[in-house]
Amino acid sequence: MYNQTEIIKDTSELGADGELVINMGPQHPATHGVLHLVVTLNGETIKKIEPHLGYIHRSIEKMCESLTYRQFIYVTSRMDYLSSHINNLGCALLVEKGMQIEVPDRAKYVRVILSELTRIASHELWLGAMAMDLGAFTPFFYAFREREMITDIMEDTCGARLTMNYIVPGGLMYDLHPDFQKKVKAFITQFKSKVTEYEDLVTNNVIFQSRTKGVGILSAEDAISYGCTGPVARASGVSCDIRKIYPYEVYDKVQFDEVLETAGDSFARYMVRVKEMNQSIRIIEQLIDNIPEGDFVGKTKNVLKLPKGEFYTRVETARGEFGVYVVSEGGTTPHRIKFRSPGFSNLSVLNHISVGSKIGDLMASMGTLDLVIPDIDR
Amino acid sequence: MFLKEYITDVVTGVTSLLKGMRKTGYYFTHPKEIITEQYPDNRATLLMSDRFKGEVVMPHDANNEHTCTGCTACELACPNGTIKVVTKFETSPEGKKKKAIDALVYRLELCTMCNLCIVACPSDAIKMAPNFEHSVFDRTKLTKVLNQPGSKIREGIE
Repeated sequence: MYNQTEIIKDTSELGADGELVINMGPQHPATHGVLHLVVTLNGETIKKIEPHLGYIHRSIEKMCESLTYRQFIYVTSRMDYLSSHINNLGCALLVEKGMQIEVPDRAKYVRVILSELTRIASHELWLGAMAMDLGAFTPFFYAFREREMITDIMEDTCGARLTMNYIVPGGLMYDLHPDFQKKVKAFITQFKSKVTEYEDLVTNNVIFQSRTKGVGILSAEDAISYGCTGPVARASGVSCDIRKIYPYEVYDKVQFDEVLETAGDSFARYMVRVKEMNQSIRIIEQLIDNIPEGDFVGKTKNVLKLPKGEFYTRVETARGEFGVYVVSEGGTTPHRIKFRSPGFSNLSVLNHISVGSKIGDLMASMGTLDLVIPDIDR
Repeated sequence: MFLKEYITDVVTGVTSLLKGMRKTGYYFTHPKEIITEQYPDNRATLLMSDRFKGEVVMPHDANNEHTCTGCTACELACPNGTIKVVTKFETSPEGKKKKAIDALVYRLELCTMCNLCIVACPSDAIKMAPNFEHSVFDRTKLTKVLNQPGSKIREGIE
């Protein structure tokens, strides 16, 4: 970790070669949180980017070691807060896998529908915020109009707008809201009629295209070697959708395409996310009318104890592969817990794709990586 | 050739911008389609979902009776130590000793609204209320005692 004097010292050393060190963050508004980037510049050309983490470290992994298997799920909402439902799902799947808990079909369907709604909400927020990074202020409000409908659905059913904590090991915390299906259908109609507005406002905008096309190119080999997942890797043509490769819940029963682009630049990453929203809508449409009746939670023991051993599950969040690794000693709390967050690997590629480009392009390549800092810095 | 490219660039640029501006202009001239809510001016008409997790409350009926038995299930379920159940022993007129709650201390500043205490409660004594305006001038005001003064447990709840 740099302290202030070291940064000044570095600048004076580098100053001889015409180089300049700029500290972006930790409060830079475009970094969406407290990410600290130490950018070494030669003129306007980026020579090196060093991300500094630790500003929002809450030691969630260590905290989870003192919480029981029912309690530790809620903490994961605070990591990647934009796909909190999917994080909770990953943890619940691990406990269910370890204890062989039967989950009713109704819970499985609802979990998938809510996961996809969360994915759309996350991509909507990303779309608005990324366009704002590039100087377009209006798309933010358009994206939030649709996102508001999703947060309303979440508020009705789960009781919270962002950190839902609706999933418990064995099923759901309580049954669906009676208006759930009606509201989701209203959202689908609204989304389909309004998605063209994004194309008019952002996708076909000539300034947006010239700022993102050919910027921050990531090749497929580099995406694999850096461990990128999610839309970042899929924009480079790497097939890595956990929903397709290791289907969980009812993803093997629904028809959807894995969105792949080949260009690997910022515009490709943008297109992957926009197309993914449409695929999510497709999944929801197939499930929303077929939610089976029955229990919403399976029978579980009062005190959950994972058998001795190691467990790992993965789910596809809006940002990529989210993995939960638990070492259990047979007690009521995990012995060691490790989260594999997609944001960390996606951030590590930032230096690679930005070196040689101008500092103005850094916003485009960083914005399309879709970083959520509390997810990187657990 | 250069001139032709230059002109096409300008034309496509201007048309793409105008297309975007048309969308913005549409909403400028159609104020009824704007969905912004004017909080806090709309407090009187603001509808919160009945499931919204704002704070933990303990419902009391008309006789100032609640259903909390003091079993501490909520205290054990809470991941943050938000709830403390202080129990006492009440002596009934027949001389039987019975456990009852003295105070159910709820510290709102520690609460993450995870709903685990509500699910754990066997007698539905506590529930989530949709009130979300919690700001106070003094932090100590966030520590609340949920059972009302003088309240007692409803007959027949074990």
